[in-house]
Amino acid sequence: MSLSVKHLLGIKELQPGDIQTIFRTADNFKQVLQRQIKKVPALRDTTIANIFFENSTRTRISFELAEKRLSADVVNFSASGSSVSKGETLIDTVHNILAMKVDMIVMRHSASGAPWFLSNHTDASIINAGDGINEHPTQALLDAFSIRERLGELKGKRIAIIGDIMHSRVALSNIYCLGKLGAEVMVAGPPTLIPKHIEKMGVKVEYDVKKALKWCEVANVLRIQLERQHKPLFSTLREYSLYYGINKQMLDDLQKEILIMHPGPINRGVELNSDVADSKQSIILNQVENGVAIRMAVIYLLSGKRELE
Amino acid sequence: MQYAIGIKYPVSTIQHPGILNLVSSIKHHVSSIQHPTPILTFRPEILFLLKSHVQLKTLLDNKQLDITLQRLAHQLVENHLQFKDTVIIGIQPRGIWLSDRIAAIVSRITKAKDIPYGKLDITFYRDDVHQAGQEMNVPSSTNIDFSIENKDVILVDDVLHTGRTIRSAMDALIDFGRPKSVELLVLIDRRFSRELPIQPDYVGQTVDTIITQKVKVHWKEKDGKDEVVLID
Repeated sequence: MSLSVKHLLGIKELQPGDIQTIFRTADNFKQVLQRQIKKVPALRDTTIANIFFENSTRTRISFELAEKRLSADVVNFSASGSSVSKGETLIDTVHNILAMKVDMIVMRHSASGAPWFLSNHTDASIINAGDGINEHPTQALLDAFSIRERLGELKGKRIAIIGDIMHSRVALSNIYCLGKLGAEVMVAGPPTLIPKHIEKMGVKVEYDVKKALKWCEVANVLRIQLERQHKPLFSTLREYSLYYGINKQMLDDLQKEILIMHPGPINRGVELNSDVADSKQSIILNQVENGVAIRMAVIYLLSGKRELE
Repeated sequence: MQYAIGIKYPVSTIQHPGILNLVSSIKHHVSSIQHPTPILTFRPEILFLLKSHVQLKTLLDNKQLDITLQRLAHQLVENHLQFKDTVIIGIQPRGIWLSDRIAAIVSRITKAKDIPYGKLDITFYRDDVHQAGQEMNVPSSTNIDFSIENKDVILVDDVLHTGRTIRSAMDALIDFGRPKSVELLVLIDRRFSRELPIQPDYVGQTVDTIITQKVKVHWKEKDGKDEVVLID
C-alpha cells in the first residue's frame, strides 16, 4: 500500500487514508528508534538532498536523522554561503543538485508555494519542510501522531490552535490534517492575527484564550512570528503575553487536564510560561521525538514513487 | 516425483472436451497416490486452459497438519530440551500463525510457562524495496521484548520458497543482538525454487513445485480452517 501522492507538498492534497498509512508506518519506525541499533537498511539505494532556504533547527536535524536512520545518503544545502547569493534561480539550483543523481528533495522556502512550483519542473519526489505562511505538512502529521499516541484516534477530539494563526504554516497544515482525521478544531488569538473567513475551513473561532482552553482537550500553542509581520498587529509582546500567554494558573483553574503542544521554537514568557512548557501536561518534547518517526515514514513511503531506470 | 503430460497438438484443439476429460482423469489418478506426495505439472498452454477453474490440491488437511505441528514441536524439544537459552521468533505477517502454534505446543510439552517468543517484521530489510512496479509495504509490528544476545534463535515461517525472506530476517535479527545460533523451521519447503543458499533445519513437508504454482497455508484463527493447499 502506498500513498496517493508522489510528493508531500501539503496536507491539503492527502487523503485521510494516506494519513493513516503514514501513522501505521511511523508506529513501526518509532519501535525501531527504541532499539540499540536505530537503523534499517531500507533506503540504501536512495540519495536525499535537504535544501533549506530558511533557518531551521528541529526540522532540519529531524529530517537528517530520519534519512540517516533509513540508511539513505544525505546532502545538506543552505542558502547562505551558496550560489543562491550569487543570483542562481531556484530551478537551476535544484537541477544542478539533481544532476548529481539525487532521488528526493526536502525543501524549506520562505516563498509560499515554492514546492508546488518546483514539483512542476522536476521528476524527483519533493517533501515540503515549510513554505512561507502556507503549509508545514510533516509538523501537522507529527502533531496529530502525538495526540493519537496520548488520546487515541482523533475522531471527535477537540483541539485548540492558539496564537499567530495568520502567519503560521503549522496552523494551516494542522487545520487540514485534523479536519481530515475528523477532529474538531478551534483557532484562538487576537483578531488581528486570525485571518478573516477562516471559519469557512470548518473551524471555530474564539478571541478569549480562557474560553478556548475550557473547550479543548489539546492546546497547540504557536509562536508569534515577528519576522513575518510587516506592520504592527498588536501593541507590545508584553501586552500579548498578558492577554494571550498561557500560564500554570490558567491550566490549574480548568479542573481538567489538557495536553499542551508547541511546534517550537518557544518564546518563553510570551505565548507559554516556563511553568507550562516544562509541566507534565506538556508533550512538546514527545512531538520532537515523534518527528523523526513521522519523517522516516513519509520518506520511506514516497521513496517507492520515484522513476526507476 | 513429477508427472508431466505433453500433447503435440495446437492449443486450439486442446479445448476439445475429450482432452480436458483426459487431463482431469490423470489428475484424479495422480491425486490418489498417497506416498510420496506427487505434484502434477502441465505444459504452460495446458496450464493456461486449466486456469479458468483454479485447481486446488490439498497438501495437508486439518489432521495431517496437526500431526506435523506436533512432530515439529517435539523435534525442537529434542534439540533444545528445556528451552533455557532458546527463543522462538515468528516472521510477520504469515509466519506468526505457525509460530503461535509451535510456541504453544512446545510450552505444553516442556511445561515451561514462559518460553521467550517474539515476532519479527522484515519489511525494511527486504532486497526488493525499490523494485520496479513494487508497492511500498506497510509493515506489521515487531515485538521482541527480550534480548537475543547469545541465545539459540529458532526462526519460524510458513513457506520457504526463494529464501529471500529468510535472508532479510537474518539481517533484521542481527540488529537486535548477536545470537549464539540461528535455526530455521518451516511448515512447507518448496525445495527446487531456492534463489539463495538457505536450507531449513526443521521441515513440515517438502514439496516439488514450479514457480507459477502457489502454496497457501490456511489457519483456523484467520482463514476458518487448518489446511495447506497447492494452487496451480
